[in-house]
Amino acid sequence: MPETVTATSDFAATPISLWRRGMNSLATLAAGAAVVLVLLPLGAVFGYLIYKGIGSINWAFLTQTPKPVGEAGGGMANAIAGSAWILLIASSMGVPIGIGAGIYLAEYGRNRLGNIIRFTADVLNGVPSIVVGIVAYAIVVLTQGHFSALAGGVALAIMMIPTIARTTEEMLWLVPNTVREAAYGLGVSRWRTTLSITLRTATSGVITGVMLAFARVAGETAPLLFTAFGNQYWNWKMNQPTAALSLQIFTYAISPFDEWHRQAWAGALILIVLIVLAVSAVRIVASHGMLKGAN
Amino acid sequence: MGVGIKVEKLNAWFGKTQALYDITMEAPANHATAVIGPSGCGKSTFVRCLNRMHETVPDARATGRVRIGELDVYNGTAAVQIRRRIGMVFQKPNPFPTMSIYDNVAAGLKLNGFHDHARLDEIVERSLKLSALWDEVKDSLRKKSGASLSGGQQQRLCIARALAVEPQVLLMDEPCSALDPISTGKIEELIFQLKEKFTIVIVTHNMQQASRVAEFTGFFLLGKLIELDKTEKIFTTPSDKRTEDYITGRFG
Amino acid sequence: MKGPQPVAKQEVVGSAGTQGEPLLKAGNSHIADAIFHLAMLACGLCVLALVGLIIYELMSGSRLSWHTFGMKFFFRSEWDPVNEQFGALPFVYGTLVSSLLALLIAVPLAVGVAVFITEMCPRWLKGPLAFTTELLAAIPSVIYGLWAIFVLVPLLRQYGEPFCARYLGWTGMFEGPPYGIGMLAAGIILAIMVVPIISSITREVMTAVPQQQREAVLALGATRWEMIRTGVLRNARAGILGGVILGLGRALGETMAVTMVIGNRPEIARSLFAPGYTMASVIANEFSEATGDTYLSALIEIGLALFIVTILVNILAQFLVWTVTRGTPARSHA
Repeated sequence: MPETVTATSDFAATPISLWRRGMNSLATLAAGAAVVLVLLPLGAVFGYLIYKGIGSINWAFLTQTPKPVGEAGGGMANAIAGSAWILLIASSMGVPIGIGAGIYLAEYGRNRLGNIIRFTADVLNGVPSIVVGIVAYAIVVLTQGHFSALAGGVALAIMMIPTIARTTEEMLWLVPNTVREAAYGLGVSRWRTTLSITLRTATSGVITGVMLAFARVAGETAPLLFTAFGNQYWNWKMNQPTAALSLQIFTYAISPFDEWHRQAWAGALILIVLIVLAVSAVRIVASHGMLKGAN
Repeated sequence: MGVGIKVEKLNAWFGKTQALYDITMEAPANHATAVIGPSGCGKSTFVRCLNRMHETVPDARATGRVRIGELDVYNGTAAVQIRRRIGMVFQKPNPFPTMSIYDNVAAGLKLNGFHDHARLDEIVERSLKLSALWDEVKDSLRKKSGASLSGGQQQRLCIARALAVEPQVLLMDEPCSALDPISTGKIEELIFQLKEKFTIVIVTHNMQQASRVAEFTGFFLLGKLIELDKTEKIFTTPSDKRTEDYITGRFG
Repeated sequence: MKGPQPVAKQEVVGSAGTQGEPLLKAGNSHIADAIFHLAMLACGLCVLALVGLIIYELMSGSRLSWHTFGMKFFFRSEWDPVNEQFGALPFVYGTLVSSLLALLIAVPLAVGVAVFITEMCPRWLKGPLAFTTELLAAIPSVIYGLWAIFVLVPLLRQYGEPFCARYLGWTGMFEGPPYGIGMLAAGIILAIMVVPIISSITREVMTAVPQQQREAVLALGATRWEMIRTGVLRNARAGILGGVILGLGRALGETMAVTMVIGNRPEIARSLFAPGYTMASVIANEFSEATGDTYLSALIEIGLALFIVTILVNILAQFLVWTVTRGTPARSHA
């Protein structure tokens, strides 16, 4: 009797083993569990911020300065204003230099020096913020002899510059070369082309980058600890210690007073709302198309 | 009135690679001269040398003499100033994406410091009429962005933009290769009309287009100008065998 | 002033010459171009100058401490401001342990999330899910710290640590009174903070793996998980490692949240329940009150060490990520 050879098509018809199917399902389950475990603290943080903070946000909180220890009431008005002041100082230095560096990298920096600067910017991005605080302390506070909003602004500016530079470079790089050539063909000089044509085409992308950098440093505390230092009162000068929202939250949170804890939650809620607004605005601007029609 | 173009011993390099070898030719005033040849023969490079766009590429350089009317392109005047006297239309339409139609046409003037608004209106209208786009856009000059037009309209917008600065010479680098046949036809018609006032050099890989539009044609091969003559002659009785091979489709 | 001439349709009016003078004044932009180039270059050089400044200030500030204690500074445990005896070992230990603990918890979670989003998730969910994980990265450190003090720590004190002591006590790492505050809390909050970075880079490198690789494995009859394991994760190995190391870099330098829950005691203990101290925390807590030059210099030296370690770790990470995404411009990960 001739031997029958099992056709190979039988192999293809064998079902996948239980083990392999089990592993597949397990993997999906594990990944899903990871997602849940990660989203849990996110929900918890936001949840608690709203739960604990919303009750304490009132007109008084937003307009008054802190009351002495032990007394109820008072607010963080000076901290909110102080943060705005420090951020303004930081932006006035960080944004122009950052955009300028980005323009250099995109338009003039396709060479060795450009690569070195690019690499250094990425390195600068990774420096811990507390170290930046030390440097700002050494440059500004030691020279002036006191803590100041300027020192805080310098620390934050140092953190903004590399972020803004890299995102600006990326956005400018996305502008197609044909747009630049159109301008050159009309006899427009290089500097004019870069500013009025290239930068203008990439505007919304560049603004996105600036706002992202802004949102990132707005919540920073460590670099302000020994530069701006904090203040119980209003301060609009560049040369005095200044309150900041993040600093105030920290001071209150580690204090032993319940009253201050309550206010810390409120302050944190305000801070996170501002940051989420900034990040969402960035998303909206980005999704409306960065380079309208240029492709 | 346009002016003639005279080129003497033009050589061009990209880094170490030579792209053009000793090009000497003349493009007569108020006529269209076509530049044809297979891919990579140097025709785009040649045209870009005429208005010194070639040097915007890093490591690119050119030597030789180019005269546009009285203007000596390579001696004595800055590249930026040269380009203000010569108009260029590129292969892919490239209107400025963030500007309205009006601003696109006026861009060449505004960016170079010309701000007389009354005259700007007049110039924009005239340029758009010259490029046969006026009727289609006159109601939405400031409202629509340059990039919202169709491909053919965008290219006509770019032509209007180039004409607005009142050049004497118009260089066109395969202006219709990204367009559909109807838009191509409209632009070819345009070139016919523009010849009365401008001198045109048009690069094209489409031999039929060359014979439709240009009185003179130059054949480029591997960076050299093989033959330059009346278009009729090039396409019927070319002097050089290589030209004949290209025309009859033996390569290319 | 002459009004604009009515332009008849047929008439092709005016080109150069009709107006008499050229429309555009001849002007040379060489000088303006050069100034602009210089200005932009100066901005670019600012970046170099800043890093140089950081290195300079850190080195000059720590010189005193270096001369006084030498290399042994990082191997001594004494932290005594009164007698001016400083040793950074507890902080080095605290930084390493808290960061490693954080990675241990964060890496499986982050990779899991990344795998889910890139390979398993229905399309409509991808965007929102990616956005929410990035939102985690936007929360400032001090707010994480605040939440950790008042929510995480009590939870650990009441449930987490007793649980660990009962079931994992045999390891010897879960002994002592469950204060809540301590190394474990620091590790957990750090883990939550570095998950977004690791996850985002893992997603990036996984997406960079070409579709053909996935298809090749599927065509051999693999299940989805097998395709992910051999077709994607294996190819993206180097990049994922880079993401993990980048997360490590972040954890090493993290200051506020850790300071608020680690207990701030310069001691080395085996138990994770014990309080500890990190390099970043000691600087944050004691810098503004440091009396005496040696004290300040010791703190700055710790800052210098932190700087060097973080830089090296980040460079390694960037390199690893680059080998997978090769060519795409590096993104600054906030």
